[in-house]
Amino acid sequence: MADVRPRKLSRRSTGADAVFEHGARAVGASVLVITGGVGVFLAWQAYPTLKRYGLSFFTESQWAPDQDVIGIAAVLTGTVSVALVAMTFAFPLSVLVALYISEYAPARIRSTLVSLVDLMAAVPSIVYGLWGFFLIMPYAAELALWLQRNFGWLPFFKVENTDPDAAVWDTSRYVASAFCAGIAVAMMVMPMACAVMRQVFSQTPQGEKEAALALGATRWGMVTSVVLPFGRGGVIGGTMLGLGRALGETIAVVLIVSPAFEIKPRILEVGTSTVSSLIAGRFGEASTSQLSALLAAGFVLFVITLIVNTLAAVVVNRSRSGAGTDA
Amino acid sequence: MTTMTPSPTTGTPDPIDPATGTAVPQTHLPAYDDDAPPPLPRPGLGKPSPDERFALIGSWVAGAALAWLLTQRLLPLAGLPWFLISWFVVGLVVTGVTAGITGGMTEVKDRVAAGVITGAALVTGAALVSTVVFVTMRGWRAALNLNFYTSDMSGVGPKDNFDKGGILHAITGSGIELGIALLITLPLGIGTAVFMTEVGGKFATVVRTVVEAMTALPSIVAGLFIYTVLIVALGFPRSGLAASLAIAVMMLPIIARAADVVLRVVPGGLREASLALGSSRWRTVWHVVLPTARPGLATAVILGIARGVGETSPVLLTSGAAAFTVTGPTDGVMNSLPLFIYTNVRSGEPQAIARAFGAATVLLALVLVLFVVARLLARPRGNRPTLRARLAGALAPNRAAR
Repeated sequence: MADVRPRKLSRRSTGADAVFEHGARAVGASVLVITGGVGVFLAWQAYPTLKRYGLSFFTESQWAPDQDVIGIAAVLTGTVSVALVAMTFAFPLSVLVALYISEYAPARIRSTLVSLVDLMAAVPSIVYGLWGFFLIMPYAAELALWLQRNFGWLPFFKVENTDPDAAVWDTSRYVASAFCAGIAVAMMVMPMACAVMRQVFSQTPQGEKEAALALGATRWGMVTSVVLPFGRGGVIGGTMLGLGRALGETIAVVLIVSPAFEIKPRILEVGTSTVSSLIAGRFGEASTSQLSALLAAGFVLFVITLIVNTLAAVVVNRSRSGAGTDA
Repeated sequence: MTTMTPSPTTGTPDPIDPATGTAVPQTHLPAYDDDAPPPLPRPGLGKPSPDERFALIGSWVAGAALAWLLTQRLLPLAGLPWFLISWFVVGLVVTGVTAGITGGMTEVKDRVAAGVITGAALVTGAALVSTVVFVTMRGWRAALNLNFYTSDMSGVGPKDNFDKGGILHAITGSGIELGIALLITLPLGIGTAVFMTEVGGKFATVVRTVVEAMTALPSIVAGLFIYTVLIVALGFPRSGLAASLAIAVMMLPIIARAADVVLRVVPGGLREASLALGSSRWRTVWHVVLPTARPGLATAVILGIARGVGETSPVLLTSGAAAFTVTGPTDGVMNSLPLFIYTNVRSGEPQAIARAFGAATVLLALVLVLFVVARLLARPRGNRPTLRARLAGALAPNRAAR
C-alpha cells in the first residue's frame, strides 16, 4: 500500500532562493542602516544643543554663536512664511492646472501636458532661483508696493521704514523678501503637487462622470459634484507634499533673500531667513559646537517635513481614491 | 362604422374587429423620417456650437478692449502686466455676462470656471516658457562658443571674454559625482525595492517606513550630514567623493521608493504563472518581474538622476568649487554644474553671471535630454513603432510634396 501521508510542505526557501532572500534582506538592512543612520545621527548631534539651550532654542530669534545666543524662532518663522507664500501661489494653480489637464484639455494634447508638468518638476531649483532673482523680482517688488498701498492695513502686508506714496519709491525695501522667494519656490512645488492631484483626478470613475453629464450637469457641475469630492484626498495630499518640499528648499531662497534674523511676519519687507538658508550661510565658519547647533536646526526642519509628509501619505491613502496612488 | 381610421403615425389602417365593427387599437412603431429637421437643435456634446464659440471669442476680445481702455486710458495702471491682469478679470466678467444673457446661473458658473481653469493653465505654461526662454536668452552668447565646452576656468579671470574659459571642469565634475552616486544608489535602491516587494515580511515593513520617512530629508541636511561626518569629524578634505556621497544619501530613499512603486504594479498573475511553472523565486524576479518593470525602473532612475544633477545644496557644502578640471574623486575640490552657476551668480560680475546663465542653459538642456530619454523608455513596448518606421512616416509627406 502506498504511503498516503501528506507530504511535508515548507515555506523555508532552499538553495538559490535562500541566497536570494538573504541577499535581498541584507541589502534592505544596509539601506535601513544608512538612511535610518542619518536620522539617528541628526538626533544624536542635536541632543547636546537642545539640552544646553532648552526651550529657548525655539523661542530665541538671534543666531549669535559668539555671544552664546542661539535660537531658531526667526528662521522657523521665515521658513514657514516662505512656504506659506509659495503655497498661496502653488495651491490654486496646481488644482486648476490638474483640473485643466484631466477635464478640460483636448484629448490630443493631454499626454503632452502631463509630460510638460513632469518636466517642470525636473527643472533644477537653481534655474528657478535664477528666474526668480533676475526676471521676477522687479515685478514682484512692484506688486509688493501695490499690495502695501492698497492692503497695507493688514499686518503682514506692512513694510516698515518706507513711504509707499513717495514720488520715487524705495525699491530696495521691497526686494529680497520672503514674498519674492516664495514665488520662486512656488514654481518648484507647483508641478509636484499638480502631478499628484492630476493622477488622482484621472482615476475618477468614468461612469460617475458620465452619470453627472447625463443628468444634465454642465462640465463645471460635473467637476464640483464628482471629480473634486473623489479627488479630495489627492488635493490635500499633493498640497502637503508640496509644502514639505517648500519647507526644505534651499538654493532659490539663498539666492533671493538677504539674510535677517528677526521674527518678521511682514512678508513684503526686505530680508528674512529660513532654516536651510541659515545652514547654507553658516556652515563654513562653524566650530564643532556651532555645527551641532546647525545640525539641531536641520533636525527640527527634518522632523517638521517628516510630519507634513506623513500626514500627506495618511490623507492620500485613507481617501477613496487612495488605492494605487503614489506621489 | 366601416371606414378605416388611418393611424396618426404610419397611415396604415387599423384592422377592424368583425364582432363589434370598431377599430382595434394597436401599437405602431413610429416611422423615422431621415430628412425631417430635428424638433430641437441638438446640443453638441463635443464641440461648441457657432453661437457658443462666438460668445466665447467675442467676450475675450471685448475684455481685451475694455481692459486696454481701463488700464491705459482711465486708471493709472500703465504697462503690460496690468493690462494682462485686467484683461483676465474683465474677460471673465464679460464671459459671465454673455453666458447670463442666454442661460441661468449654472451656465454663468460653468463658463467662468472654464475661463479661470484655462487661464491658470496658460499662466503656468507662460511661467515654464519664460523660464526656459529667459535662461537661454541670457546664456546663449556664452554657450555658443566652442571653448565653453572644451576648456575650464583655470587662469581665466571673471572679466575675460567668452572666447576664453569654459565649463569643462563643471561638466566632468557633475558626471563623476553623479556616476559614483549612481554606483551606490542603483544597486542598493533597486535591491531594497526588490526586498520590499518580493521578499516582504515584518522587517520589510520597517524598511519601507524608514525609507519613506527619509524621502522627507531636506537636501541641505543630507549635505550637512556628510560635511559633519566626513569632513569635520573624520578630517577628509572636500572632494568629489564627499559630494557624491551627499548626493547618494539624498537620492537613495528617492530611488528606492520610486522603484518600489514601479515593482508593486507588476501584475501578480505574472509572478504566480512563473512560480506555477516551477521556477524558483529569484528566477521569477530576474526573468519576469524585473524585465516587466524595466521601462518603469528606467524612468524612476532617470528622473532621480535629473533631480540629483540639479541639486545644489549638497555639493555646496561638500565639494568646494575648483576652477580647473579635476578627474580624481579623492583629489580635493571639484566643481559641478549647479555649484558653478551658484558661485558665478554670487560673484556679481556681469560677465560671470552671463557665464552662469550659459552653464544653466547647458544644465537645462541636459535635464531635458534625460527627461526625453526617460519618456521614450517609459512607453509601452507593444505598439511602439520602430525609430525607422517613425522617421519614414515623418518624411513621407515631404517626399510626396517633392
